[in-house]
Amino acid sequence: MAELTPSRLLAPSPAAFAVRPVDRIGVEERAASLAKRSVKKDSKTRGLRLVVSMTDLTTLEGKDSPGKVRALCRKAVSPLPGDPTIPSVAAVCVYPNLVPVAKRALRGTSVKVASVATAFPSGQAPLDVKLDEVKRVVEMGSDEVDMVIDRGAFLVGDFSRVFDEIARVKEACGEARLKVILETGELETYDNVRRASRIALLAGADFIKTSTGKVQPAATLPVTLVMLEAVRDHEQETGRAVGVKAAGGIRTAKESLQYLVLVKETMGDTWLTPALFRFGASTLLNDVLMQLEKERTGRYQSADYFSKD
Amino acid sequence: MVEKTVGTKDAAAPGTAAATPAWEYAPAPESKDFVAIAPCHDLFVGGKFVPAKSGKRFRTVNPSTEETLSEVAEAGPEDVDAAVRAARKASRDTWSRLPGKERAKYLFRIARIIQERSRELAVLETLDGGKPIKESRDVDVPLAAAHFFYHAGWADKLEYAFPGKRHPRPLGVAGQVIPWNFPLLMAAWKLAPALACGNCVVLKPAETTPLTALRLGEILRDADLPPGVVNVVTGGPETGRALVAHPDLDKVAFTGSTEVGKAIQRTVAGTRKRLTLELGGKAANIVFEDAAIDQAVEGIVGGIYFNQGHVCCAGSRLLVQESVHDLVVKKLEARIQTLRLGDPLDKNTDVGAINSKPQLERIRSLVDAGVEEGAEIHQAPCRIPAKGYWFPPTFFTGVAQSHRIAREEIFGPVLSILTFRTPAEAIEKANNTFYGLSAGVWTDKGAKILEIATRLEAGVVWTNTYNKFDPASPFGGFKESGFGREGGRQGLLAYLDFES
Amino acid sequence: MAKKKKNPGDERLGVQKTYKLYVGGAFIRSESGRSFRAPGAKKGEAAVANVARASRKDLRAAVSAARKALGGWADKTAFLRSQILYRAAEMLEGRRAQFVAEIAAATGATERAADAEVTAAVDRAVWYAGWADKLTTVLGSLNPVAAPYFNFSAIEPTGVVGVVAPDGCPLLGLVSTLFPVIVSGNAAVAIVSGTAPLPALTFGEVLATSDFPGGVANLLAGDRAELLPHLAKHMDVDGLLVGTGDPAESKLASFEGAESLKRVRALRPKDGDWFSHAAQSPLWIEPFVEVKTIWHPIGV
Repeated sequence: MAELTPSRLLAPSPAAFAVRPVDRIGVEERAASLAKRSVKKDSKTRGLRLVVSMTDLTTLEGKDSPGKVRALCRKAVSPLPGDPTIPSVAAVCVYPNLVPVAKRALRGTSVKVASVATAFPSGQAPLDVKLDEVKRVVEMGSDEVDMVIDRGAFLVGDFSRVFDEIARVKEACGEARLKVILETGELETYDNVRRASRIALLAGADFIKTSTGKVQPAATLPVTLVMLEAVRDHEQETGRAVGVKAAGGIRTAKESLQYLVLVKETMGDTWLTPALFRFGASTLLNDVLMQLEKERTGRYQSADYFSKD
Repeated sequence: MVEKTVGTKDAAAPGTAAATPAWEYAPAPESKDFVAIAPCHDLFVGGKFVPAKSGKRFRTVNPSTEETLSEVAEAGPEDVDAAVRAARKASRDTWSRLPGKERAKYLFRIARIIQERSRELAVLETLDGGKPIKESRDVDVPLAAAHFFYHAGWADKLEYAFPGKRHPRPLGVAGQVIPWNFPLLMAAWKLAPALACGNCVVLKPAETTPLTALRLGEILRDADLPPGVVNVVTGGPETGRALVAHPDLDKVAFTGSTEVGKAIQRTVAGTRKRLTLELGGKAANIVFEDAAIDQAVEGIVGGIYFNQGHVCCAGSRLLVQESVHDLVVKKLEARIQTLRLGDPLDKNTDVGAINSKPQLERIRSLVDAGVEEGAEIHQAPCRIPAKGYWFPPTFFTGVAQSHRIAREEIFGPVLSILTFRTPAEAIEKANNTFYGLSAGVWTDKGAKILEIATRLEAGVVWTNTYNKFDPASPFGGFKESGFGREGGRQGLLAYLDFES
Repeated sequence: MAKKKKNPGDERLGVQKTYKLYVGGAFIRSESGRSFRAPGAKKGEAAVANVARASRKDLRAAVSAARKALGGWADKTAFLRSQILYRAAEMLEGRRAQFVAEIAAATGATERAADAEVTAAVDRAVWYAGWADKLTTVLGSLNPVAAPYFNFSAIEPTGVVGVVAPDGCPLLGLVSTLFPVIVSGNAAVAIVSGTAPLPALTFGEVLATSDFPGGVANLLAGDRAELLPHLAKHMDVDGLLVGTGDPAESKLASFEGAESLKRVRALRPKDGDWFSHAAQSPLWIEPFVEVKTIWHPIGV
């Protein structure tokens, strides 16, 4: 079990959760301004390959089956067979029941297995049940655990409860890395996102993640910017670097490059690594592959030439 | 867990694999091939391009490369006189006879054509003036079109603008002298209300940036604007003086330095000429401890580095509450590292060229003064190109109210940072200047915003934002920043006569 | 000279237009399947076309479309609304010949008079376009209350407003009653001229090509006596502009509209002269906006 840091042992006083105000118009303008960066030619190619390496290829559907997950894992390891310059993705993200299938399919590769847990996506289950689920998926071999925070508790102002749950899930993770999903679409305001980020950071998250993908809006550039700013301040204060995952709603290569710009200009180039930034996506990958192929050949591509999974 | 050292851009993260090499943006130059620039340009008088009787010409250069773009006619006193006569004739014979709704349609046409030729105008503006293409494309040109659109709508509604004044009349002929920092936009700010109100104009663009005004002349001609309604006389300070002193003007409008503004007021004293002036500034950008700090830092950066600081309303004095001084300075220092200085035509450039050599020297001289007076200088580590006029984004900490860099307008990308403890102190320091054009206030508290805004001696107060412009929003200064307003209903007053 | 005999093989059959209602950005037939013969201009003349005859259900659908479109339309910047209304003027000017022919056929007007109506309609559209970003300046205010409060009055659109266009001047009358309603951000359901519906319905083609979001302006043709009561009674309609000049219709609108406290106004220029300056005014916009006054303390 990982050593507990002081920030997790002591339940902080509510004052610790205080955050500075966030101005919505200012945030949205800054995000829009960064989205205007022109990323062309070799920087585009390099960026897109980076995006592939930062992707958590995801399937979270009630109808997921071993066959579906196996196919996804093959794609995760080798997104475009025949093109060795395109790296494997960072991880495959699945529901707990599919973890063993993913584990077997990804054995010997660099691709991690991430599992959702804690009664994903709602989180509306007793705490002991949620902790149990975390322990089970870790036992099954998950490298990473994606949990959801208790939004109900957050929105009534019970921040200590939110903190406490995250801290306990972190404990239950052991060696597995914990991503904390804020579900920004339900938090609605940037002030809430900033505060929820702070709580998760103090409670020991290894990554903070925007969304489950089941609620709209999911990831947006401004929301991700607010989370990056929270992570940046946290690192200044504590020396600890925590990653950010933008999940849900990122469908095009162009958008993914805008996120890279966001990370680069907010955090610096050293943050452009799967250790510190991830995309939670499924359809994004093929658009990125199509764009890479377009850069290589000069032709706009057709979806027919890329495997669906 | 990844342990990282704090804030260093290039250090490898211990515990991870080899440090990620920097992801650089490839050059992304906007194409300029489709923008034709004639080797010579003439004056635009009486609806035609005509050579200057003076026979003189001057060169306009691209300040980012020092290359000559074109030779432009320099209007002498005879040329200015011809232009004023053309304007007077158009005013008497044509423009004053048109109903407002017809004037409106001319202005709508002009707005449309600006939109249609927007890319060409943006590229030309960047070449002639040095500002980044993303600014000329996203700010200057769209706002110029918007000014014509907005004022087109007033042309036939003047009877509703001022209660009790159902039949306001135009003044007649206006002489307008505009600066080099927003050449096309300043032309729009001047021409649109003047024309909407039924006046005719002689416009003198700045010496270093004549090209977009002349291109606008082409657009006016394409819009079939009756000859003489707008005339463009290019030239230097002498041309401006000749225009302002011309006896047959009813109105003078000037945007530029306070020094020249005062000279103009002396020139028109005792004449019938109505006058509006939009002059310099040394705006205070006030950041309170309860502000949204990350957004305030963006506002500080936008406030002083937008358009290389060549902005009369630039937030050139940061007044930061002492309790958050170190935090703000630290974030500002980190933020300016990401500002990209270079080829203004590159779509990723944030900071373009300084408009001219003399301006660059003025900036350098004041920055040297700042260092001499004991303020601490911080500069972004930009690579300066070999040719062209450049100055990196700069800020000074440890500035006192008495320092020259706190009192004099630098008109460059240089910020002076001072501190305060209480709101009353902030207000006092902000107002302690003979300028009064603009100010910024950053705090999350509504009542505080409104109180501070009402107490600041500034014609434009931005709260939780900065450098926002709209044709519906009146713009102009208190004190020595000038008098009169441009934009909005109030901006119409400068071009109307209510007496007769 | 002998008249050239027409060879049947040389004749070309024209493709006749089907005149439909314009609802939610689409051209639809009436759900009732009914149509009526748009009268020719002269008495006894053969009908020009079969026109979709709107039913109360079509009206209901139009109100629903207007309600859906309202949020987006009201949230657009005033500048953008002015651009869109100006675009409609551009489109209308471009279709001058089409409208001159339609107006002449529908009303019996001379080509010259029809041309004057199109001109007046274009200019009226331009006039209202220029109001969008000036309304707040002229109708709103900053109010100097005798207490330390910042107090301002902002202008907001009323909501879904019914427009009853006059019978005469089918194009100009429609523009003159529709544009003052939508310029401020309202969404409108208009019952067009009963005697000359075709040019009015063709105006839907102008609206459709002018960047208006679907549902902002809806055009219904049919029997006004049948449709007006339903419009006046509809609880999700917030206002009614009656431009027909018929006192009975104004009274009906106001009486039935009282149930949901609709803002009802009978607006018509003197002598029904839609060409006059009196047929355009910001006071035609004013009945269909709400004034919202906001207080905020001033004090550190």
